[in-house]
Amino acid sequence: MAPFLVIFVTFVLAPAALGLWMSLHDWDFMLASRPFVGLDNYLNLFDSTSAVFQEFWNGMRATAIFTVASVPFLVTIPLGLAVLLNRRFPGRTVFRAIFFMPYVLGVAVIGLLFRFMLDPNIGIVNGLLGTTTPWITAQPWAWISLVAMTVWWTLGFNTIIYLAGLQDIPSELYDAAKVDGASAWQVFRNVTLPGLRMVHLFVVTITILASANMFGQALLVTNGGPGDSTRTALIVMLAEGLESFRMGSAAAMSYLLAIFLGIVSIVQVLAMRERRPR
Amino acid sequence: MTLLTRPSRSSEDDRATTAPGSRGAPRGLARQGMFWLFLLVLTVIFVGPIVWMFLTSIKTNPEATAVPPTLLPSSPTFEAYEGLLRLDGAYPVLRWFLNSLLAATLHMVLVLAVASTAAYALARLHFRGRGVLFVVIVSTLFVPGFVFLIPNYLIIDRLGWLDTVWALAVPGAAGAFGVFFLRQFFAMLPGELEEAALIDGANQWQVFTRVVLPNSKPALATLAVLSFLSNWNDFIWPIYVLFSPERLTLPAGLRLLQGAYTTDYPVIMAGAFVASVPVLILFLFTQRYVIEGVSRSGLKG
Repeated sequence: MAPFLVIFVTFVLAPAALGLWMSLHDWDFMLASRPFVGLDNYLNLFDSTSAVFQEFWNGMRATAIFTVASVPFLVTIPLGLAVLLNRRFPGRTVFRAIFFMPYVLGVAVIGLLFRFMLDPNIGIVNGLLGTTTPWITAQPWAWISLVAMTVWWTLGFNTIIYLAGLQDIPSELYDAAKVDGASAWQVFRNVTLPGLRMVHLFVVTITILASANMFGQALLVTNGGPGDSTRTALIVMLAEGLESFRMGSAAAMSYLLAIFLGIVSIVQVLAMRERRPR
Repeated sequence: MTLLTRPSRSSEDDRATTAPGSRGAPRGLARQGMFWLFLLVLTVIFVGPIVWMFLTSIKTNPEATAVPPTLLPSSPTFEAYEGLLRLDGAYPVLRWFLNSLLAATLHMVLVLAVASTAAYALARLHFRGRGVLFVVIVSTLFVPGFVFLIPNYLIIDRLGWLDTVWALAVPGAAGAFGVFFLRQFFAMLPGELEEAALIDGANQWQVFTRVVLPNSKPALATLAVLSFLSNWNDFIWPIYVLFSPERLTLPAGLRLLQGAYTTDYPVIMAGAFVASVPVLILFLFTQRYVIEGVSRSGLKG
């Protein structure tokens, strides 16, 4: 127990508290004086005349666009694939592994790979399609590219979770539905979907969280561009804290983003509870 | 690929074949054909980019950037890999590879050591505040990781760990996932074996190392693979806590390489492939554990 507690306190509990404390100070890594400024770091984020306002909300906007655009695909496609893989056919474990495979690669690898494949001039994507689409240099293509590559990269993870959820639905329910003469679609609607409710909640929550963490793809593929349109909240926060070293302000940004995510999760849990069939 | 086709016989697979939703492959030749065609198309989509990465790495640069692109290299060459090795001064790729390997291995060992002991204490030992402690640990699972980045940078700096392997291996091991994952596994182990050992005069530590750990090999293997993979692939943290070119890990180094060799795609793809091969091989041999671990994290979450 003790070894874990030491590092848990050092690298989880202490930073959580330290971050809060920093966010209340004008904490510059490079300066010796770190005066207490109360909530100024937070208020600056809401003050349209402050230096950070524009950058921060542009980042929040980019992260929100990415999240809203990617989560539906990262929920529905894995659900469909899981239903497909839940059939009994030879080699199903092989296909399961194949669909999961991209997920074991790092963001640095897939970032470089898609930067190359999506290159407007020499990339294979335009080569195969016979188009000259500006995949990374113009909107909305840049968002389409980032969402598509992220779906390709992480879809296996959600698929596996749905698959495990499907296998936990009692088979009696399917037998009963069959006896009642339900169609495949009715079975899906009335047995499969309700049976996956908790799994669904979990998948949506972690997918929103993962999308809000978007960083590497935008940095390596579009480099925040075109313009600043794909400069996500995390890129802004880390540039503020670990490049400009205005750590107090960056800590405030990270807490504000975390609070937003918390609110989103709570709203989402409540919304999904609403839809629970009697 | 041949290794992947080996049918895995995990209990989960056995369960799956008799699973409720599995209504067998579709009947009818046409539907059967459609089904396999669909799977084939998906497979090409999923494997294609990875194959493309390798194919590009064995092309010459003019061929890699030719319009229209050639699918297979006209004369395969390992020039790009030789190029990578020649870059040794500013871009010591081999060094990055070893740095990554060292950091991921250290991290994995550390996770196993601290998570297993903590999980055992939480599952089996009775001490005051155990329930509260477990709740605190689990609740940190719901705090998004980016909150810790800035303050942890400061803590790493105070410890004098910036630009060292410790910055890579240690902080991540404080994550609650490993403890949570192993605790759930330990709690499901039948208590009789442990009681028998205690009656035979074994102390708690002996029970832990000789009874609990040997009976938890699948869970330990899963956690080991997952922690190795996540550390090997980590990108955000290494690009900020490492500065010296010779201390970088592969993902951080790849970014440097991309900046310097923007247009030499075979070299960049060779670098990306070098970073992929270890994890792909690891996944090939341990995919059962990885997938098992992921599915379990979902059900318990």
